[in-house]
Amino acid sequence: MLPDSTARIAVLLSVGQHPLTARPRRADQDARALELALQLPGVEVLPVHAGELNDQNETALRSYLGMGASALKLLPAAEGEDVLPLLQQGLRDLQPDLVLCGKRAEHGESSGLMPYLLAQSLGWPVISGLVEIERLEAGHATVLQALPRGQRRRLRVTLPAVLAMDDAAPAARQSAFGPARRGVLEVEQMVAVAEQGLANLNNLSVLNWQFQPARKRPKRLKIIKATSARDRFKAAAAKAESSGGQVLQGLTPDAAAETILKMLREEGVMNSTHGD
Amino acid sequence: MLNLVLPLLIGVALLLAVIGAVRRIRLWRNGRPSPVALMAGLAAMPRRYLVDLHHVVGRDKYISNTHVATAGGFVLAAVLAILVHGLQLDSRILAWGLLLATAVMFCGAVFVARRRIDPPARLSKGPWMRLPKSLLAFASGFFLLTLPVAGLVPAQLGGMLVGLLLLALVIWGLGELFFGMTWGGPMKHAFAGALHLAFHRRPERFGGGRSTGLKPLNLDDSNAPLGVEKPADFTWNQLLGFDACVQCGRCEAMCPAFAAGQPLNPKKLIQDMVVGLAGGNDAAYAGSPYPGKAVGEHQGNPFSAIIAREGQGLVDAETLWSCTTCRACVEECPMMIEHVDAIVDMRRHLTLERGQTPNKGAEVIENLIATDNPNGFDPQSRMHWAADLALPVLAEVKRTDVLLWLGDGAFDMRNQRSLRALVKLLRAANVDFAVLGNEERDSGDVARRLGDEATFQSLAKRNIATLDQYSFRSIVTCDPHSFHVLKNEYGDLGGQYVVYHHTTYLNQLRQVGKLQFSQYKGGRVTYHDPCYLGRYNGEYQAPRDLLAAAGVTVVEMERSGFRSRCCGGGGGAPITDIPGQQRIPDMRMADIRETGADLVAVGCPQCTAMLEGVVEPRAEVLDIAEILANALQESEVHS
Ligand code: SF4
Ligand code: SF4
Repeated sequence: MLPDSTARIAVLLSVGQHPLTARPRRADQDARALELALQLPGVEVLPVHAGELNDQNETALRSYLGMGASALKLLPAAEGEDVLPLLQQGLRDLQPDLVLCGKRAEHGESSGLMPYLLAQSLGWPVISGLVEIERLEAGHATVLQALPRGQRRRLRVTLPAVLAMDDAAPAARQSAFGPARRGVLEVEQMVAVAEQGLANLNNLSVLNWQFQPARKRPKRLKIIKATSARDRFKAAAAKAESSGGQVLQGLTPDAAAETILKMLREEGVMNSTHGD
Repeated sequence: MLNLVLPLLIGVALLLAVIGAVRRIRLWRNGRPSPVALMAGLAAMPRRYLVDLHHVVGRDKYISNTHVATAGGFVLAAVLAILVHGLQLDSRILAWGLLLATAVMFCGAVFVARRRIDPPARLSKGPWMRLPKSLLAFASGFFLLTLPVAGLVPAQLGGMLVGLLLLALVIWGLGELFFGMTWGGPMKHAFAGALHLAFHRRPERFGGGRSTGLKPLNLDDSNAPLGVEKPADFTWNQLLGFDACVQCGRCEAMCPAFAAGQPLNPKKLIQDMVVGLAGGNDAAYAGSPYPGKAVGEHQGNPFSAIIAREGQGLVDAETLWSCTTCRACVEECPMMIEHVDAIVDMRRHLTLERGQTPNKGAEVIENLIATDNPNGFDPQSRMHWAADLALPVLAEVKRTDVLLWLGDGAFDMRNQRSLRALVKLLRAANVDFAVLGNEERDSGDVARRLGDEATFQSLAKRNIATLDQYSFRSIVTCDPHSFHVLKNEYGDLGGQYVVYHHTTYLNQLRQVGKLQFSQYKGGRVTYHDPCYLGRYNGEYQAPRDLLAAAGVTVVEMERSGFRSRCCGGGGGAPITDIPGQQRIPDMRMADIRETGADLVAVGCPQCTAMLEGVVEPRAEVLDIAEILANALQESEVHS
């Protein structure tokens, strides 16, 4: 714990979207972020949302309050407006020791870049794939980061920092109707930055993008040439050993890029006529 | 001397009784307001007692006769004793009346005492073991004291010693029967019970009626508590109802969760509520505990949380979540106490205020909110099972005779077979029917019973809005849970419909000759009454009629009809899944096995799922619609 003052943890909460019905809901990773924050003893949890407030969104936002936070700071933005300047300013005002957020929004651009852009603009370190905060001390946090196949890496990060959640973090608790209804949505107008955000409005509509539900990425088929059930089981349970990979260190950026491009062409991900 | 002491004694006892009554009434009034017709209730009370209550008590002839003698004798004796000994009215007739009344009471008390020689496990011991002796003391004391007044023995017979002895008897009797009645002794049941009958929260239950739908929470009033956190959050007449319990344990004997060794005993639960309303701990409780939980570790008072947020409260949450809402306890309770209402009230607090629905509860509720069905299936796939059936959909046809309500069983491969059988039967009878298709949502049954009134009302209101768009004469469903909710619980939210369970409707079709069946030639068949069809809605006959029409002789289980044992599937119990010693469906399958049946007919998707979940070898499980559809096919072939 911070010796002199309680740690302030801002949790960025977005409006999610159910994968089947597209109904607004609490976003899964964001809810995990709030869960993590609520479970830390002796910290001050500051839930923040930047976005549009309407009836449907309100129900979704209130379901975060139903987890036990008593208030949520709302930085209003128009539909499609860039929320980055709002969040940046909002967080400057809040001065948190930590910012927790999901790693990717459930709708909209959903680029997964927000944590990085935010950290960059604030000049703070960023960690993705967060599953646990082990220790909070003055100026430092010890956290666990998720790696593939259940592995974890312990990291020590200088505060303040932006931490983006992994899907493997503990599931969010049930949201209860009573606290959700009583919780307060504190609307905070940020006129100055709102203009900047509006100026960025709206890359998406300018580009005239079309949205469609994301499909799961196809999985590479494992060709198993097993003759017995035991072999098949072993093959299925085995770690997917990466083979033929190379570790590239100390290359110039150009050389590295060239290597990556070469690999992409070999894999047939990129057409060889496009590359250069 | 007696002429002076007796009026004094009776006067003091009466005064103490009145003080006790006032104190007890003030405890009840800690509860929230609940509008009841006070005068009409009091006026109806004797009839409710003599007819409705004795209808239930009469299921045990021994105790009903005993109770008539003891209670009738006591009421008469008490009034006459006040007149003869309290006011010293010198009337031979009154004295003879008192002799008669005490004699009848004495006989009754002897039978009470006999039941207590080797009492069944369901009865509470403790002060209840003392009660027959107190009754005997009262009856014999006043009988002997009245002999001289009636002129049967000289006034001064017996010496000082005899006089003192008689006085002691009378003091004991008055203490138990007058003082104890309002100060929390076993006789409290008479005082609280009479008022409970008068101010019952479901007066529709009297006079042969039925009232089983849960009462809605007012969600528009943000100050109203969401369910019951502390005893004082119950309405005053619920508190009064708890106080009426006679600890007869009939509810305990019927409770499937108790029998399965889950930590629930409806009798103990009601007694815990009494502890809560009066304040104290449960150490004095002398009946069967919650299985696996020690007595004496829980305590409470009217204004502290029943389920403690930390440490021990009055009740543990898992006790509440063990209940299948089968209503067997309510059906069996001679005092007409509403256990299920109380349990759901407390669940509402846990779900709506604390977000503590155990196990799969939270996930199911989240699915209901996001996808309108408990398992999170794509709501657009609700009609996949009927892709080849070309069912008319209301969005296209707009009007129909019968709206076939599918229920969430539409997503379940097993229940889809029953649904297809039902469609076949409706088509065979040329019924004009249609479905809502993908516009249908979960009825809200499970959300409501898990305590999530908000999700229930949201589902119900949207279903009602959908139903409002179309015109139909009646709703038919093969799911008793949807049936109950549509029929009995949508009314409070503005949806009034004529709803039939498929067995009722098919039986009507059969009666007018639209359905004919070939004769069943298989092995033995028994029938399992679903709780939400039987006890909740009183339909015991139609399924049996239908089976008989198909040539099936039903071999009844020992527990059938209104005493049917739950399959374990109601009230969200499979979702909250509180562990016990055994599983309820296994116990029900044992009941089925006892009849030697090869086939058990059911009328509920939930029962089908629970009973089919029992490991083989076991009886085959078929919905009545499936049995009938098979019989139908044969008749077509033959004709
Ligand atoms: S609740 Fe009813 S059935 Fe149960 S013990 Fe009390 S009086 Fe008997
Ligand atoms: S409703 Fe059924 S399970 Fe619940 S307490 Fe009563 S008898 Fe037991």
